[in-house]
Amino acid sequence: MPKLSVEERIHSFKEVALGYTEKQAIAEAKRCLQCKVPRCVEGCPVNIDIPAFIKFISEGRFEEAIKKVREKNSLPAICGRVCPQETQCMGRCVRGIKGTPINIGALERFVADWERRTGRIKTEVAPPTGRKVAVVGSGPAGLTAAAELAKLGHDVTIFEALHKPGGVLMYGIPEFRMPKDIVIDEINYVKSLGVKIETDIIIGKVITLNELFEMGFDAVFIGTGAGLPRFLGIPGENLCGIYSANEFLIRINLMKAYRFPEYDTPVKVGKRVAVIGGGNVAMDAARSALRLGGDVTVIYRRTELEMPARREEIENAKEEGVKFLFLATPVRFIGDDKGWVRAVECVRMRLGEPDETGRRRPIPIEGSEFKVEADTVVVAIGQRPNPIAVRGEKSIKLTSHGTIVVNPETYETTRRGVFAGGDIVTGNATVISAMGAAKKAAKAIHEYLMGGGDN
Amino acid sequence: MLGRFQVLEKETLAPGIKRMVISAPLIAEKAKVGQFVILRVDEYGERFPLTLVEWDEEKGTITVIFQEVGVSTKKLGSLKVGDKIRDIVGPLGNPSEIRYYGDVAVVGGGVGTALVYPQAKALKEAGNRVTTILGARTAELLLLERELAEISDELYISTDDGTKGFKGFTSDVLKMLLEEGRRFDYVFAVGPAPMLRAVAEVTRPYKIKTVASLNPIMVDGTGMCGACRVTVGGEVKFACVDGPEFDAHQVDFRELMNRLHAYIDKEEEALKHLEKTEGRC
Repeated sequence: MPKLSVEERIHSFKEVALGYTEKQAIAEAKRCLQCKVPRCVEGCPVNIDIPAFIKFISEGRFEEAIKKVREKNSLPAICGRVCPQETQCMGRCVRGIKGTPINIGALERFVADWERRTGRIKTEVAPPTGRKVAVVGSGPAGLTAAAELAKLGHDVTIFEALHKPGGVLMYGIPEFRMPKDIVIDEINYVKSLGVKIETDIIIGKVITLNELFEMGFDAVFIGTGAGLPRFLGIPGENLCGIYSANEFLIRINLMKAYRFPEYDTPVKVGKRVAVIGGGNVAMDAARSALRLGGDVTVIYRRTELEMPARREEIENAKEEGVKFLFLATPVRFIGDDKGWVRAVECVRMRLGEPDETGRRRPIPIEGSEFKVEADTVVVAIGQRPNPIAVRGEKSIKLTSHGTIVVNPETYETTRRGVFAGGDIVTGNATVISAMGAAKKAAKAIHEYLMGGGDN
Repeated sequence: MLGRFQVLEKETLAPGIKRMVISAPLIAEKAKVGQFVILRVDEYGERFPLTLVEWDEEKGTITVIFQEVGVSTKKLGSLKVGDKIRDIVGPLGNPSEIRYYGDVAVVGGGVGTALVYPQAKALKEAGNRVTTILGARTAELLLLERELAEISDELYISTDDGTKGFKGFTSDVLKMLLEEGRRFDYVFAVGPAPMLRAVAEVTRPYKIKTVASLNPIMVDGTGMCGACRVTVGGEVKFACVDGPEFDAHQVDFRELMNRLHAYIDKEEEALKHLEKTEGRC
């Protein structure tokens, strides 16, 4: 897929991947073998009929193509951009065995963007059922659950704690990878199905679960995600200039600090930036810091091979000039007399035997400490689930990791009528896995509401 | 369905210090002493915290008192009665531990002289004997003096320049009382971080339970970002969800003060930008 030039990228937050032209999309679609037993569909967490929508594209029938995608996926412009296709649909493409797999994500994005340009195609909504559902959180899981339930005729209200809906799509993933106009358009699509969105409402604080039921909601879906930061827990971590990835990205994406002082929220990016971690969030933080003028080094405790970030994002980061320091991990942060970070003391690592994730375990090499100069540090070592909605609700069981316990079939929590899905159940994962869970939960909620249960 | 943050009353209490009554029924219904809200004045605005001073469940209103120091408080202060605040979320943070302690002192400095009001009132209602110590830079910046006099068993005033009451700091007054032999069972302090630290140092030798309401920089205010992290007793806490009140003897105030200064240069830049653009819209 065509990309913005590196020179243009490093000075702006414009979207990097440019998307196919009609011609390119048709040419790519024509390469599809239209397998009788499509392995790509098995790889898709929401089971989009991939060969069918690709066939429509190859024939230039884009409207039918987007309709086909939307049958299974309410947020295609988002998934086409941020799904890890290389390990899902595209990773299973038969054409990939001997050559280049079909770029399914780019095709999905193409039809979604085509729809945005040419005007939204109206989705059929079932007649009202008279049932009310509260959805907690407006990220990928919440939006998907809401859309699915609204299509089935339920009266859905989403409650969002922040001032803007979209969850991680809005506060976490940067503009250059996930333009906010597109997120807003997808949210508007969900609203067009009749879904109401109430921002600035923290369920669990402003309105409790019990109160939701008292307000007349018949079921609740919790999709509050993994929005709590993880820190390293090493000395000096509270020095000024050290951010959690969440804080850094919230300031930049949600609060638009990259447009300070037009927007009031500042962010401080110094001359030398160290980003700790090797996932997509670390790549987002590193590439954001680079665009704000920093000389950026990613510090990761294993090697490039074990990095959990998408290959594509690692390549983008490298092209843009992000440096990588592998097999090293911080042991403490060193500050100046004013409390500002000046350096990261790291220890070298070597790889041992594979751990439970199948990746080789990093082991510190004693006495190998060294310093990396840095006046800004972003700690991007993962997020924790955010169970604020159910804090103090004894009826809802949590795991020792703070995730919500659900029935794996129905996504129902230990409280009748309360369902949960996405990162709040699995711990931090991907946009599409949250959407896949939300779809299944929505189906179970529908069955619950329509009298399958004892209600 | 949900009340939408209209400014109902606005009053200037002292130069640069304003009191606002805002329509926010859901917040008013849930608010407890010690909690705060996060506001965003307009589409370009920051999210910033303000402690709740009063709330009225029946009227569906909340009251905040703030000093216009940065862009956000200046923008808030420029709103007129009838204007709407873009976003308010809350109540956030844990409520204060209000109970019978016995003889208590509440200490408020700067705009904190307004924020001790709900504490003093609630502690009095819980049966405590309440001694209030208020401090400001100068006499005209003292807030809610009359209201606090009404509910306090004793009221002491200090000003940095000696224009009213004792010349010096609130911590000096507290120290003097303790040296005179007064004993408190509980001390609550709210105000600038250096004042909180001074109060903590005064009560430390007497082993008096001392709680400080902290005011670190916050962004989301719901535990997501960690901007407000403070070290308390060697552990990292988030003021927004673990606080905002902590055992003052355990707080690393030096770190807090460093972190409060992290954006000083940016704040000046933002203010300049605000002055430049104010005439335009």
